[in-house]
Amino acid sequence: MHEMSLCENVLQIIQTESQRQHFSTVKTVWLEIGSLSCVEPDAMLFNFEIVCRDTLADGASLKIIRTLGTAWCSNCLKEVPVQQRFDECPTCHTHQLQITQGDEMKIKELEVE
Amino acid sequence: MCTVCGCSESETQLSPDNSHSDSHTHDDSHHHYGHGASHSHAPGFTQSRMVQIEQDILGKNNEYARANRQLFSNKGILALNLVSSPGSGKTSLLTRTLQTLKNELPITVIEGDQQTNQDAERIRATGVSAIQINTGKGCHLNAQQVGHAIEHLAPADASMLFIENVGNLVCPAAFDLGEAHKVAILSITEGEDKPIKYPDMFYAADLLILNKVDLLPYLDFDIDQCINYARQVNPRIQIIQLSAKNGDGMNAWYQWLRLTHQTKLIGFQATSS
Repeated sequence: MHEMSLCENVLQIIQTESQRQHFSTVKTVWLEIGSLSCVEPDAMLFNFEIVCRDTLADGASLKIIRTLGTAWCSNCLKEVPVQQRFDECPTCHTHQLQITQGDEMKIKELEVE
Repeated sequence: MCTVCGCSESETQLSPDNSHSDSHTHDDSHHHYGHGASHSHAPGFTQSRMVQIEQDILGKNNEYARANRQLFSNKGILALNLVSSPGSGKTSLLTRTLQTLKNELPITVIEGDQQTNQDAERIRATGVSAIQINTGKGCHLNAQQVGHAIEHLAPADASMLFIENVGNLVCPAAFDLGEAHKVAILSITEGEDKPIKYPDMFYAADLLILNKVDLLPYLDFDIDQCINYARQVNPRIQIIQLSAKNGDGMNAWYQWLRLTHQTKLIGFQATSS
């Protein structure tokens, strides 16, 4: 999986923001990770600790906010909840679904000093 | 290095097309990607406070991808990102395709692998220009690497660019390279349930190629079930069945390539005239 690259990207964003928003230590990082995104939260937690060693985010705690998947059913013309990309519409049982939420991979906010 | 999957960008290398020249060397023949933490410390505050960020984790990659896409659009280039598991026959499909199409239009190729120049050499043997990106421990190509490769390759206006990604059905799904379409290649020796086992990739792809259909009589592969699974994940996906080995079905693929390339030229010709 590519969680290592993603954690490196998170750290880069934090380092850029540390210059812009003037902080030197990061205590907590909140990420928003959609349940349909190709990210494994456990792998993210594991890699984040390694990537942040000896940086301004060394020892920072990583909090992952999971957003649920939703899709637009072009048959029922409404939004429906989905757990997986290949789920069927719970109402009409077709697969005419367009994912509308759940593949987010965002860094939301930081607790800093 | 990642102990989950071995991902790391620190060993990435890019080797330009210098195979047919022993008489000169390229000083810039390798690009090294990935830098460690900068260890930067800004003079800051001691009191804990909250800072809003609200940024896409892949924002940087997406910026590079946008720049690549803009360049492709300006030059009327059709860029395709070929994705699959290792051993699906991507390079064989590509070499056969190049032999057929290379006299019709200018084509260049970017080859992504963790190690070796072997695939780029197979491509160059067809007479087509290719550049190899070695990602080291990295499990996918990213848009910045592709941007550098394009600078070296200098693809012609109105040409076709194939980007053969690292063989991996997981990670390349998340990384936009600026391509017009992802083309997923699935060989029938792999099992018909790949589309639902690795749904992100089949969701991201616009075309699915089912390769090695010449082996159907010898396997238990349920091709209809595979197509059903692919359409469950992605109702819009187009599907072509072919054998890069004996040529069956290749005409449908060439037709798709020619038509897709034509659509890129419409806007380009309008702009350039």
